[in-house]
Amino acid sequence: MEQIKNITIIGGIDKSGKQENIKCFDIAQGEIIGIVGPTGSGKSQLISDIEQLSQKDSSTHRQILINGEIPSSELRNNPRQKMVAQLSQNMNFLADMNVRDFLLLHAQCRGKSMKNIDKIIYMANQLTGEPIKPNDNLTILSGGQTRALMVADVAVISESPIVLIDEIENAGIKKHEALELLSGYNKLILIVTHDPVMALSTQKRIIMKNGGMTDIIDSSPEEKTISTQLSQIDQTMLKLREIIRNGQHIEGKDLNQIFPELPVNKKITTLVNY
Amino acid sequence: MKLVIIAGTPGAGKTSILINTIKLLKGANTKPAVVKVDCLATDDDKRFATLSIPVLTGLSRDMCPDHFSIYNLDEMVKFADKNNADTLIMETAGLCHRCAPYTDNCLGICVIDSTSGPNNPGKTGPFLSCADIVVVTKGDMISQAEREIFREKILEANPECTILDVNGLNGQGAAEVAKHIMASDKKVTDEERLRHNAPFAVCTLCVGEQRVSKKYHRGLLRNMNGFQEYIGE
Ligand SMILES: Nc1ncnc2c1ncn2[C@@H]1O[C@H](COP(=O)(O)OP(=O)(O)OP(=O)(O)O)[C@@H](O)[C@H]1O
Ligand SMILES: Nc1nc2c(ncn2[C@@H]2O[C@H](COP(=O)(O)OP(=O)(O)O)[C@@H](O)[C@H]2O)c(=O)[nH]1
Ligand SMILES: [Mg+2]
Ligand SMILES: [Mg+2]
Ligand SMILES: [Zn+2]
Ligand SMILES: [Zn+2]
Repeated sequence: MEQIKNITIIGGIDKSGKQENIKCFDIAQGEIIGIVGPTGSGKSQLISDIEQLSQKDSSTHRQILINGEIPSSELRNNPRQKMVAQLSQNMNFLADMNVRDFLLLHAQCRGKSMKNIDKIIYMANQLTGEPIKPNDNLTILSGGQTRALMVADVAVISESPIVLIDEIENAGIKKHEALELLSGYNKLILIVTHDPVMALSTQKRIIMKNGGMTDIIDSSPEEKTISTQLSQIDQTMLKLREIIRNGQHIEGKDLNQIFPELPVNKKITTLVNY
Repeated sequence: MKLVIIAGTPGAGKTSILINTIKLLKGANTKPAVVKVDCLATDDDKRFATLSIPVLTGLSRDMCPDHFSIYNLDEMVKFADKNNADTLIMETAGLCHRCAPYTDNCLGICVIDSTSGPNNPGKTGPFLSCADIVVVTKGDMISQAEREIFREKILEANPECTILDVNGLNGQGAAEVAKHIMASDKKVTDEERLRHNAPFAVCTLCVGEQRVSKKYHRGLLRNMNGFQEYIGE
């Protein structure tokens, strides 16, 4: 497999047919880029352009280059050569088969070892609540279980130098653990997200509007500090979520970590405002 | 005259793919004409009419639509000739999994819906296994893993084919289909032959018998246990 040093997104047109603001954008190996924008602004479409290595043949007319060159059609189509792993926004599996068979088939398609199947199911189960069993049919899995299995499948079987992640925060799985699983060392990662914690964990953000890339901003030093604080709030929120999921009551002490000196009432208003 | 035959089950996305592809063909100085064959009624002609190219529709009524389109191929070529087209594109009704309407010198394109599940390519029959190009639609509705498995299953059924992912809604990938149509150098002849024989179907049901019981039927018939025989004079 060819080594990926960078990819180039050459801008096309937005939904009104106007040239995108961003004409050309390089992303290097090891970079983590966020994609943000209102619902319907074309975030998933941008991801799809990259997954398909579009050559001005999608509705956006964007072109994707790999290491500065037009990728071969073999590279675009053959799963054994694919360099892109994609966790799509999709929340359902439609295939009528059980979890083990599905993973075996997919491993075979990607030319990967088929010994890891139990490990993949184990990894998926670290992200979700009720465990997935190898003989479960794919279509009976819950939204969260499906998402967890998709993450583990992308991380192990589709393991590729370019990783595209569309809204990992949905479906109530453990998003930080999931992201960690997907990220790996020195990959080129694009994350579509509506979640401030996720967005601030990236180095740059592509801003989408009306189907076009309107701007690219670097995360500021101030955001780095805020990001740390936000992560703490997020950890608390996740802890509260687990308490509620387990059928227990939430108490004042559960909030103490983030706002040690505020009285309880104030803490709650702060959280609500956040 | 170049002949392109598009086969696939109803709703697979044939018309959607064609509309996107024909726009590109027109832009590339190709002169396409379209024939749509259906059984009882069709709306596809209205959808094609928006492209301002010659469109002909044929309704097969009591005849098997695939047999109808094969039987009327000469006439369709004449229609395209008369309208100064250089590429005749035929969209079949796609109802029968046993018929494959491709001829030796056509570009045979099978359109298949990826949400139909990974077992479907194995059951699709000769219109998939004899195709030159297999176009996979609705990939936007399934995960990358399922798309890859679906692709593998198509290759099991037709190892020689070229597989193209096309989104019928926004046309993503249609440029590849147009490229293959333009690159094809096969020309239709007066002596076209089918790639795959049509199923035997000479029985009393073919000529309108409505009674169900076995005792009413004559012809070349096949039993549930696979035994096949001729019953009659
Ligand atoms: N440049 C463009 N030209 C034409 N259509 C576009 C363009 N960009 C996006 N679209 C279309 O707009 C629709 C919405 O885009 P998309 O699904 O990517 O939104 P999104 O930002 O991911 O929204 P959400 O946050 O709800 O997931 C899609 O049908 C997509 O194909
Ligand atoms: N989501 C999605 N829908 C599609 C796609 N291609 C076609 N469709 C839809 O599928 C339906 C059937 O398509 P049509 O082209 O009429 O199929 P035909 O009967 O084979 O000609 C229509 O509602 C299309 O909008 C695709 O790639 N993705
Ligand atoms: Mg989206
Ligand atoms: Mg149609
Ligand atoms: Zn038939
Ligand atoms: Zn009959």
